[in-house]
Amino acid sequence: MSASVDALSALKAKFPQVTDRASRDCPAVDVPTADLVAALKSLRDEAGFDLLSDVTAIDWAEGATPRFTAVYHLYSTTSHAAVRVATPCTGDDAAPAVPSVVALWPGANWHEREAYDMFGIKFEGHPDLRRILMWDGYPYHPLRKEFPLAGIETALPDLEVAEETQAKVIPAPMVGGPFVASSGEMNLTEAEPRAKDESWNERSAKPQA
Amino acid sequence: MATEIAFPDSAAKAAGAEQEFAPEKMSLSMGPSHPSTHGVLRLQMELDGEVLTKCDPIVGYLHRGDEKIAENMTYNQFVPYTDRLDYLAPLANNMAYAIAVEKLAGLEVPARCQAIRVLTAEMARISAHLMGLGAFGLDVGAWTVLVHSLNQREHLYKLFEELTGARFTTSYTRIGGVSRDVPEGWLGRVIAFCDQFEPALEETLALLTRNKIFQDRTVGVGIITKADALAYGLTGPNLRGSGVALDLRKDRPYSGYEQYEFDVPVGSKGDCYDRYLCRGEEMRQSVRIIRQVIAKFPSGDWYAKDARKIFAPPKDKILTSMEELINNFMIVTEGPQIPAGEVYFEAENPKGALGFYIVSKGGGVPWRMKIRSPSFCNLSILPKVCVGTMMSDVVTLLGSLDFVMGECDR
Repeated sequence: MSASVDALSALKAKFPQVTDRASRDCPAVDVPTADLVAALKSLRDEAGFDLLSDVTAIDWAEGATPRFTAVYHLYSTTSHAAVRVATPCTGDDAAPAVPSVVALWPGANWHEREAYDMFGIKFEGHPDLRRILMWDGYPYHPLRKEFPLAGIETALPDLEVAEETQAKVIPAPMVGGPFVASSGEMNLTEAEPRAKDESWNERSAKPQA
Repeated sequence: MATEIAFPDSAAKAAGAEQEFAPEKMSLSMGPSHPSTHGVLRLQMELDGEVLTKCDPIVGYLHRGDEKIAENMTYNQFVPYTDRLDYLAPLANNMAYAIAVEKLAGLEVPARCQAIRVLTAEMARISAHLMGLGAFGLDVGAWTVLVHSLNQREHLYKLFEELTGARFTTSYTRIGGVSRDVPEGWLGRVIAFCDQFEPALEETLALLTRNKIFQDRTVGVGIITKADALAYGLTGPNLRGSGVALDLRKDRPYSGYEQYEFDVPVGSKGDCYDRYLCRGEEMRQSVRIIRQVIAKFPSGDWYAKDARKIFAPPKDKILTSMEELINNFMIVTEGPQIPAGEVYFEAENPKGALGFYIVSKGGGVPWRMKIRSPSFCNLSILPKVCVGTMMSDVVTLLGSLDFVMGECDR
């Protein structure tokens, strides 16, 4: 653990704008977006964090500043230490942006594509930024907080099939589902159950479809 | 009417000729429904004859939005969803998730619970590696291996069923403990399994290890160099096959792994054969760990005593004590109250490092949960290693990477 603390103090000495980030496990820092690539490069080359475990993002919901935070988890195969590096995304809600680290770790390629797919974050300098889990041409970014859990009605990816079958991607029927709660400080009695169909309950029977 | 005859200059003529005789590239799509893609992976390939010039894996056919789902349900409710990540080793996934949340909640689980978790995770590792081995054998034409490994997995499933009540999707681990104690005499049956498994494993591995046909298909095929493996974030047997001795059970011990002696097998070349050897040896080491766990199986509780706000109280207490009933009601309706903060925990799963990154704003539901799936990272190296290999070797390579799409696509 001390290896990662040392590495981060060295990083803070080198980049004065780097600040500590609250964390309940491994040491973590907040890095300004402009310093991100240089800071990660310095961690990789000077502190020996050679394995990029994970790249992901957090959506802090509409109205928060910054709205999106990109998070990098690094691991050192020599000192077996781990650090977390976070950076706020620049740009507006519709097109947040953060520099790409594919040049440092080719493995970041798919992680960044996933974050782009799920949050719509543009990784500047990414060689091939397209969707990975959802299909090309899918109009939404599902992990954004404003995207409903049930999904939104969308056309099928294959237009020919869509025309032939008249089928669509429809929101999930969630009556009786397990989704009772939502995150944050909200009173859960008010939040629950969001997907409940109010047209039937214990006293009045379920209407026949 | 005069016909215009163009006389192109010689350079243009030569360029035209080159184009005419340039090898024609063929585009080939393999999957998403193909026996050797082990699920619903699709490879969009470009072939020059039989050699790949480009490979673009297309994933996401099994995307169920697990991370979105996690943001909309309580911590306890998400346990069954972890079964469906790497569905060949649900017990190991359950454990990784539980430890991540426990870290966030600051919970210490008792020694007996840790031992049960290690035991089940190692049994899950054997089960997952057996399936990987059998499927790999099938990919390169050795049919018998699958039959042997399925037979052994059946023994394991019987043990899982007795312990957890389910053969496949176990949902055994709870945050702060496990769902129930080991049944009477179960540990003896695990030992009995190990006793018959060890010779059976040697017999199964003997079908492949010195098999000329198998060696011809795998030795020197699909080489992943040490540098590439690290750069692409490979973990698990795929990384160790490339010669990096990274095993989180050894390097960052969790759940009491530091008490057990085991070796970390490491490959020398990083080819498909090395990855196969690593998995074979890991099963032997898992048996070794299982024997050690059972030899010093601790007594005591199998759930954390200080987890009153997380772990549902015992059923008899709920029905007899008002306070416990209220407690249970709060846990079920509002979820366990986890403090705000963020935590990232990686466990050494059969396929590699399964990570859970949980951001909490307090309350019973995570604000954000990212699942770092090893299969996803392991597959991301395909565009790099596939180029220049033969079409038939791609099947070998896929088999040796041993991925699970349920985990890759989440």
